[in-house]
Amino acid sequence: MMAYIIRRILYAIPILVGVNVLTFLLFFVINSPDDMARMHLGMKRVTPEAVENWKRERGYDQPLLVNQSASGTGKLTETIFFQKSLKLFQFDFGTSDSGRDIGYDISQRMWPSLAIAIPVLLIGLLVNITYALLIAFFRATYIDFWSVVLCVVMMSISGLFYIIGGQYLVSKLLHLVPISGYDTGISAIKFLVLPVIIGVIGGIGSGTRWYRTLFLEEINKDYVRTARAKGLSETVVLFRHVLKNAMIPILTGVVVVLPLLFMGSLITESFFGIPGLGSYTIDAISSQDFAIVRAMVFLGSALYILGLILTDISYTLVDPRVRLS
Amino acid sequence: MAGMVILWTDFLVFVLVVVTTAFAIYASKKEHLRAPWGRVIRSRTGMGTLVVLCFYLAIGLLDSIHFHPQLPAEEQGGEGKYSTEIISLFDQMVDGLRTRQEKTYSAPLAVYLYAKETIELADGTTVRDFPRLVHGGAHLTDPQQEWLPDVIQRTMLGSLKGIVVSLVLANILFMLISMRSARHFGQVAKEIIAGKTEIPWRVMLMTLTVVLVLLFSAMELARVYHLFGTDKVGEDVFYQALKSIRTGLLIGTLTTLVMLPAAVLLGIMAGYFRGWVDDVIQYLYTTLNSIPGVLLIAAAILMLQIYMSNHAEEFNSIVERADLRLLFLCIILGVTSWTGLCRLLRGEAMKLREIDYVQAATAFGVGHFQIIMRHILPNVLHIVLITVVLDFSGLVLAEAVLSYVNIGVDPTMNSWGNMINSARLEMAREPIVWWSLAAAMVFMFTLVLSANLFSDVVRDAFDPRLRHNR
Repeated sequence: MMAYIIRRILYAIPILVGVNVLTFLLFFVINSPDDMARMHLGMKRVTPEAVENWKRERGYDQPLLVNQSASGTGKLTETIFFQKSLKLFQFDFGTSDSGRDIGYDISQRMWPSLAIAIPVLLIGLLVNITYALLIAFFRATYIDFWSVVLCVVMMSISGLFYIIGGQYLVSKLLHLVPISGYDTGISAIKFLVLPVIIGVIGGIGSGTRWYRTLFLEEINKDYVRTARAKGLSETVVLFRHVLKNAMIPILTGVVVVLPLLFMGSLITESFFGIPGLGSYTIDAISSQDFAIVRAMVFLGSALYILGLILTDISYTLVDPRVRLS
Repeated sequence: MAGMVILWTDFLVFVLVVVTTAFAIYASKKEHLRAPWGRVIRSRTGMGTLVVLCFYLAIGLLDSIHFHPQLPAEEQGGEGKYSTEIISLFDQMVDGLRTRQEKTYSAPLAVYLYAKETIELADGTTVRDFPRLVHGGAHLTDPQQEWLPDVIQRTMLGSLKGIVVSLVLANILFMLISMRSARHFGQVAKEIIAGKTEIPWRVMLMTLTVVLVLLFSAMELARVYHLFGTDKVGEDVFYQALKSIRTGLLIGTLTTLVMLPAAVLLGIMAGYFRGWVDDVIQYLYTTLNSIPGVLLIAAAILMLQIYMSNHAEEFNSIVERADLRLLFLCIILGVTSWTGLCRLLRGEAMKLREIDYVQAATAFGVGHFQIIMRHILPNVLHIVLITVVLDFSGLVLAEAVLSYVNIGVDPTMNSWGNMINSARLEMAREPIVWWSLAAAMVFMFTLVLSANLFSDVVRDAFDPRLRHNR
């Protein structure tokens, strides 16, 4: 088991290197730091000195790959590639273009993100599984048919509409919770209720439909027929046999998204003014802060790969039929 | 047409139309493809939604033929002068909607402006009141009395026209079918009306009637009113929503068209050749897949913005710039979404290469290229098709979200995302400006719902594994 995990982690390294090279190409080669500086300074104040100044303040004044003016290892370390890209491997994100410490910002902002993402995931899972089991119980009836129709309709509504509609109805018309904002400690709850509810509702359509397919796939298998044949009631069959076996794909599907919960939800957080990583990313995109976007790309990829590794491990844990290879 | 302009996306749209037609002709000749399509055609949901989709498609295609309009004769001076602005055939058809601008917001079907203004009366005194709109309901002399009857009358007239047109179409259909099957007209009509035909003509006719009634009523009303009101700068919201159809369709279809060659080629190669080819391709798509999609798109669009602001002189007009940005967005969306299809195809190709007829072909010494073209590709086409259809609605929805983050289509381009994005700020106004949002949502919802339902039908028809679950 240990050897398997280590091998999986080693396999992740070339992928992270690939991501790193790709972001480096995207951010520094396709457009030079000069272009970035000109974009940031605006068209009016572009003088060569201003561009140089802007680059020096942010450490973009070094050569891309090889620094001929430096000596020894400095030839390789005093370059943009080393300073800006390779340092990400140590999770040293450096400073943003506006001069803030990105690592500190991320460590502060991940908690509000988690405060929304974890309840949405757990409550959503509960609601979706319950609903899907209910549909599976009433399969091939009108309840099944209309539930699937409802799911498709809910899937077809844009997530933006749930948020705007929910904010308007609950906050503006009924005045139940504040429209947006955040607070520390226990008083944050009143800001979190609405985003969580909306997140759950927005996920019901696709989630329930997906779980329904999983359950129905299991229901048609031989062991379920055997269970019914030996006289078990339909509820026992559903809960003891079908649910248990369908939990394997459900759990692994959940595990793969677990690490990405840190990243938060872009849209929800920015609509509700919650200072999480999602709104951090959006702010960075709209203020064109490339250092933050670069850091988030790397963080996101690392978390995604972590999710893949965790999925593989959880497969072997919950399903004894899967062999390590 | 001399003033014709072919934008990049227009060109690709026509390529797409040609490819789809070619595929349809190919599919109709192969029994194994005709059978699942037959199931689609016999499905009531499938054909009902297809009518709606065709309606959207027609508007999208009309909107994809761009040209410089010819200037009116009295302004011309010489012969054959063209205006510098680029409009589409669709713009010309609904010219009134495009040009009838108000000053600022006005509610749907309103006669008065949303904001109060100082109006000078005929006797020289001034009052602060809601002024009449320049175009919306300008034909009414006494809006208080005439407005409601006028709206009802126009709706009725439009509905009547829609019903008459669909009745005519239905009769033409009955006639065609009775001629082809050499049966009596009344007998065919009775069968269709009772819904007993193999192809669900009744559902199609009913959907068509609903669409036509809505269309004609909208046309009657939009002729003299602003059906969905006007936005901040006084542009007709109904027109914006209609123009957004092209953007939505393009994002949904071009993205898959752009990614398809790479995904199919690499997926099949990985599964067929195995070994180091497989390793390289797997590495490639795992790497791309591990970057969160939104961030990759954001990074790419930011870079494009920098490029465009530094090379502003390369773009002739705003329309062309917006068009290139849309194309680039499709490409980058394709880059983030091809990996799923690639993985599916790899698995399928891996299975197929072990099948006897492929083994036999290898034993006969048939080349790899021949085997892939003859034996592998035709057998994975259904997977490609299902993916394309299933991805469509997700991409239309994604456009709205991306535009909200300002990394979607160009802000000058009409799209549902941009409409929602600007409407978001208007929600705080009192009284609330809801019509932009509502129009975008209704149009988007109809398209995505029909696409979702249609894609379910297509998937069930092509994927035998799922069929028994239904």
